Amino acid sequence: MARQRSVFDVVGPVMVGPSSSHTAGAVRLGALAASILGACPTRAHIGLHGSFASTGRGHGTDLALVAGLLGMRPDDARIPHSFDHARHAGLHLTFDVVDLGEVHPNSARFDLEAEGRSVEVCGSSLGGGDVAVWSIDGFDVEIDGELPVLLVDHEDRLGEIAAVTGLLAQGGFNIARMRVSRESRGARALMLIETDIAVDEETRRRVEALPGVSSTRCVQAV
Amino acid sequence: MAYGSFAELLQAASSNGSLASAVVAREMEETGRSEADVRSRMRDTLIVMREAIASGLTGSVRSRSGLVGGDAALLTGHDPGPLGPVFTHSLAAAVATGEVNAAMGRIVAAPTGGASGVLPAVLITIGDALAATDEDLVDALFVAAGIGGVIAARATLSGAVGGCQAEIGSGAAMAATAAVTLRGGDAEATGHAASFALQGLMGLVCDPVAGLVEVPCVHRNATGTAVALAAAEMALAGIAFPVPLDEVIDALAHVGRSLPPSLRETSSGGLAVTPTGRRLACALGATEPLGATEPAGDSDGRHD
Repeated sequence: MARQRSVFDVVGPVMVGPSSSHTAGAVRLGALAASILGACPTRAHIGLHGSFASTGRGHGTDLALVAGLLGMRPDDARIPHSFDHARHAGLHLTFDVVDLGEVHPNSARFDLEAEGRSVEVCGSSLGGGDVAVWSIDGFDVEIDGELPVLLVDHEDRLGEIAAVTGLLAQGGFNIARMRVSRESRGARALMLIETDIAVDEETRRRVEALPGVSSTRCVQAV
Repeated sequence: MAYGSFAELLQAASSNGSLASAVVAREMEETGRSEADVRSRMRDTLIVMREAIASGLTGSVRSRSGLVGGDAALLTGHDPGPLGPVFTHSLAAAVATGEVNAAMGRIVAAPTGGASGVLPAVLITIGDALAATDEDLVDALFVAAGIGGVIAARATLSGAVGGCQAEIGSGAAMAATAAVTLRGGDAEATGHAASFALQGLMGLVCDPVAGLVEVPCVHRNATGTAVALAAAEMALAGIAFPVPLDEVIDALAHVGRSLPPSLRETSSGGLAVTPTGRRLACALGATEPLGATEPAGDSDGRHD
């Protein structure tokens, strides 16, 4: 599951303690959720599942998730004070214990709002700082935060995938991984495209202007 | 990918000139970064290790639960007697980093947060005693990382998967190889040092009280440091461990799989379920889940 990419995954990462899964991974999960929202949230309702709920307090999991929402990295010395930073940033926080079913014990659900947009994101911290977002607004996804992702919300129609990937190729963006899920035939669908480098604003707009595409989001690597 | 076996790493060391060069070369190949880049990143890592030790030695860090903190300063203030200062200083450095980690301070996970104390303690204490340069320390860190990479490839570095032997055990093996490197031991001796550390900690269980990375994790960094120093001394004295390192690591993996889940980070065995372990868990409200309330209006009282 964990990709051993580099010696700095063994001697590293540099992180704020105490736990790579409950703290560092939680920061990355929060950062991914905020990136999926596409803005720093003004309201966040965080549901904690399993071990995140039961041993999260001592590990600062709550502080870490909020630090991530504020855009902090796992080595940010401000993480222990993230609630204060949230208050100053105008982020209103509520927490809840949730049962997300048969998922990884270190999981959370975020309901985020900002400037008229909102999103529900579910994800897990898998250990060693590795994370996976596995649901966005009820759609199955798989985002690990290692590479930037372009999310395309579109109608399920013939040629849509070819049109989007064609624009990415024209823009010079190589696709590392791709996944498409849909509600039902001909209904709303979600394309998840992981690229080696982040898709630029011009290409994103061109994708969004395609017939059948209702919205796009760029999710940064965290 | 990291080297899949110590045998492969040894072979690469003979063509690259040293274990450290072999590890740097593989990193450059994998990431496309230059040697200067890779070495500079390891120097940054070393700086964080030094800062964490210094912060812990002040004696002022306390974990959020209040269970650990302040013990590193007791060790530095303690007269080491006939053992001499290096041993006690290395224990102090190990506890210092463990305490900083528990107090949500900045550390280098090496290989994990819970086991972050052993490698820097051995590396920096021995390095300082030898007046080693930062470049020497960086070389030793690459060797340690290379060995840790082999353990990750053949076994695991996660306590939830393989018990504490995978965390403190791996940290001690990495630290022992760093010590041997700093003292000029050859590549073969480096492998034996890692084997000695792993055989000494094989079977160590992960049993955190109240599910926190505090008791026994912080002090296990110090006992792991003692094992690392013993392992390095034996290897430097020319003692060979009869079982090759790759086979020792495979045995560690097998032992990890054989451990019941209660002894793999679930806090349902070992020290966690002693009467005192249970009492501490209750007193800390570790059983009271997060999320039952909104965050306190003022968080200052919650984490000092």
